[in-house]
Amino acid sequence: MNVLILANLFDRFDLTQPVGVSHYLIVGAVLFVCGALCMATKRNALGILMGIELVLNGANLNFIAFGSPYLRSDANTLGLDGQLMSLFVIVLAAAEAAVALAIALNFYNSFSTIDVDRADQLQG
Amino acid sequence: MNPETALPNLLLAALLLPLLSFAVISIGYSVPQYLGIRTQYATQKYAAYIAIGAIVTGFVLSAYALFAVWLPTHPLEVAAHHAAHNNGPPTYVTGDWYLLGQFGKLTLSIGYYIDTLTVTMFCMVTLIASCIHIYAFGYMHDELHEYTDHEVTLDDGQHLHRRGRFHRFFQYFSLFSFSMLGICVSGNLAMTFVFWELVGICSYFLIGFYIERQSASTAANKAFIVNRIGDFGMLIGLMAIWSTLGTFNFGDMQDAQGNVVSHGIFSQLHDANHHYNLAPTDSMIAFEARDEVAAAVIAAPDNPVAAMNEVARKLRADKAHPWGHWLLFVAGVGIFCGCVGKSAQFPLHTWLPDAMEGPTPVSALVHSATMVAAGVFLVGRVYPIFTPEALLVIATTGCITLFLAATIAITAVDIKRVLAYSTISQLGFMMLALGLGGWLAGLFHLITHAFFKSLLFLCSGSVIHAVHTNDMREMGGLRKKMPITAYTMLIGCLAIAGVGVPFLAGFSGFHSKDLIVEQALSHWNANAAKTGFAWLFFVVPLATAGITAFYMFRLWYMTFAGEPRDHHRYDHAHESPQVMTGPLVVLAVFAVCAGWSFPSWAPGALANFGIANLLEQARPVGTLATTSGVLFPDLTIPSEHIAHAPEMFRTIKVPAGLAAITAALLGILLATVVYLWKSISAESLARTLRPLYTLSWHKWWFDELYDFVFVRPTLAIGALVAVVLDRGLIDGIIHALAAIGKGLAVIVSVVGDRFIIDNGVDKLAAETWNVGLALRAVQTGRLRQYVMFIVVGTVVLFLIASVWRYAVAG
Repeated sequence: MNVLILANLFDRFDLTQPVGVSHYLIVGAVLFVCGALCMATKRNALGILMGIELVLNGANLNFIAFGSPYLRSDANTLGLDGQLMSLFVIVLAAAEAAVALAIALNFYNSFSTIDVDRADQLQG
Repeated sequence: MNPETALPNLLLAALLLPLLSFAVISIGYSVPQYLGIRTQYATQKYAAYIAIGAIVTGFVLSAYALFAVWLPTHPLEVAAHHAAHNNGPPTYVTGDWYLLGQFGKLTLSIGYYIDTLTVTMFCMVTLIASCIHIYAFGYMHDELHEYTDHEVTLDDGQHLHRRGRFHRFFQYFSLFSFSMLGICVSGNLAMTFVFWELVGICSYFLIGFYIERQSASTAANKAFIVNRIGDFGMLIGLMAIWSTLGTFNFGDMQDAQGNVVSHGIFSQLHDANHHYNLAPTDSMIAFEARDEVAAAVIAAPDNPVAAMNEVARKLRADKAHPWGHWLLFVAGVGIFCGCVGKSAQFPLHTWLPDAMEGPTPVSALVHSATMVAAGVFLVGRVYPIFTPEALLVIATTGCITLFLAATIAITAVDIKRVLAYSTISQLGFMMLALGLGGWLAGLFHLITHAFFKSLLFLCSGSVIHAVHTNDMREMGGLRKKMPITAYTMLIGCLAIAGVGVPFLAGFSGFHSKDLIVEQALSHWNANAAKTGFAWLFFVVPLATAGITAFYMFRLWYMTFAGEPRDHHRYDHAHESPQVMTGPLVVLAVFAVCAGWSFPSWAPGALANFGIANLLEQARPVGTLATTSGVLFPDLTIPSEHIAHAPEMFRTIKVPAGLAAITAALLGILLATVVYLWKSISAESLARTLRPLYTLSWHKWWFDELYDFVFVRPTLAIGALVAVVLDRGLIDGIIHALAAIGKGLAVIVSVVGDRFIIDNGVDKLAAETWNVGLALRAVQTGRLRQYVMFIVVGTVVLFLIASVWRYAVAG
């Protein structure tokens, strides 16, 4: 059973093929996992913000890949929608970073630290 | 101007103006007051101005309709010398203003039937109503500020204080005038009935104007309920007419080309084929002979209409059985029942004296131009449907009434009650005249009586206004204090007594009463040979004419002549303001000369102008022939023209005229002897005639009799029904149902609500609480842990999805 799934996976992501959507997806997945790990392991709030950026950009990369006319046939491509979506994500990320930095700054003013493990006032 | 189009429009305007005034006053004053907004007393005066303006304009329009529209195209002739003496229908204008609805054969419409009777009534009603409106403006001034009713004592011993309601008085006055004008112009019986009831409800409002007084509200109820009894008979009459004639219209409806499209009641009953004499229609005969018709139709089912007509034709020739006449009799007597109620005839006369509880202008309006006049007017209007037997019923009722009321008036001490009983008595005269075939005499007396009776009532109101009592025993000598009132009232007394120079001229009542007495004598002449009672119809009214003169002058002497009996009241008495004496003078002029006629050489429309000559133009179809009864063949109704035919001058006019004036003068003389010269003491007279005095004083015990025979049994039955049926049966069932419902509710409450629903909801709440407590542990507040949850969750979801996609779903 497990062997079957894995064989299937390798069929799909055959790295010997010319560069296609799959390659981009794999890079995006690596970026996403890096970002998630960063968020899960860093105690510094700025580090977590960086992790968030990685996650978002991992997703952006997927959009770009799906939207590129060079990587997929016309029938399957998202076209400009993919690029628009990633632009949208970038704008959101900027706005979110501004809010998050403001929170971090205020937190620092109150507790003289930006260690997120100390920020547990909202626990149940 | 073309009367066919101008008359309906002018009279419609005169009719609707008071309604408009009613609407404006209702919306402007009564509705705000109902909503709790208090209008200033200063602005309430404008309500009176609106009402007076409406009715005076109505009078101007009516007078214009008479003098500028009708008379130029219909020149008058002297009544006695009616050129053709023809038995045919009068000139009239009829049509519909508005069609209310059509239900199969039944057509209900707001229509008009205008002849000189209508126009004359319009002028009379609007003129008298105008005078009374203006008079009331002065009389009702107490209502223009906070009013203390000294006749109502509250539980705490204080008199009732309330807001004045000046506007309400004029509001109902306008509606009252509108209703009466509606009856006068009405073109069909259905519309008449509607306005008839409107008059009834207005009288109810106005008699009960001082609604806080127990006596006033009782009197208003009494007037309304007694009238309902008469109206029940009227409904029967209406049904009899409609079900057989198929129409309510008085006149023949014409289309634009002048062709008759539908025949009215009058022309159906008096068609030219029967020389305009009363004959039941085929439909009436067929209705009475339904069995024969049914048999004929079964025998010849192919052509039922022809079979029915054949039966009617055969039965019409059957002289042995008066087919159709009983139905006509029922129709006539039925409608007369309504008039008995409205015009306060025996045995429904008891409401009218009690109606004196209203303010005096109301009494004046109710007793002269509107309410009671409506009954006599309707008898005059539907005169062609009365068979000789129905006329005998009318004459008998009138004869009993006029005598009964006059005897009660002799001993009454309340000034308004004397006048009330004299009204009943005079209405009896009118009904008697109509019943004896004197159509003109009855309606002529209606008009003249309206003038002098409104005058008398307004004078009595002026006196009451001055001395603040109705009791004549506390008056006396007021002649010096209030001369205008005293001498206008004297004119009214002379007019009602019928004083005049025989065969020449006199006060208005002289002319009309002479006509009545002449017709009575003519009737006696015609019936003396065959019936034994006809002399009563001559002797009783003659004696009553004397009694009338007696009690009217008793009233005048007790009030105005002699020495004051109550000096306190006398000292405070004063002449009324001009707004009240002005109408008195106007009405006094009419009370003197309403009976006169202009000579034939007078200019223009005034040639031969006089109320009798005017009414003569509206003489109903079929009244210029002497007719005999069919059910009661011995009865003869003489033509009204026999009474003043030149060859009958010596046998009827001379004895009747002399007898009438003698009776009147004897009555006046007796009153003078007893009450002015005091040669005979009234007390000793009363002692000598103790039984008669008691009878009169207690009003023949009619109120007590009705109380015992009708009111108490009704109340007893009502109480019985209340206790046994309502409280016992219906309340019992309802209480049992309520108990069952309550028991069911308890069960549902305990089992359903408390156990199932309450338990379920409590459990749900507790579980929600527990789940919340359990989940609380997850909320650690550590950000990195949350991220791990997200990551692990995502991976788990991914695995589940993969397994689902590739393993389970295949």
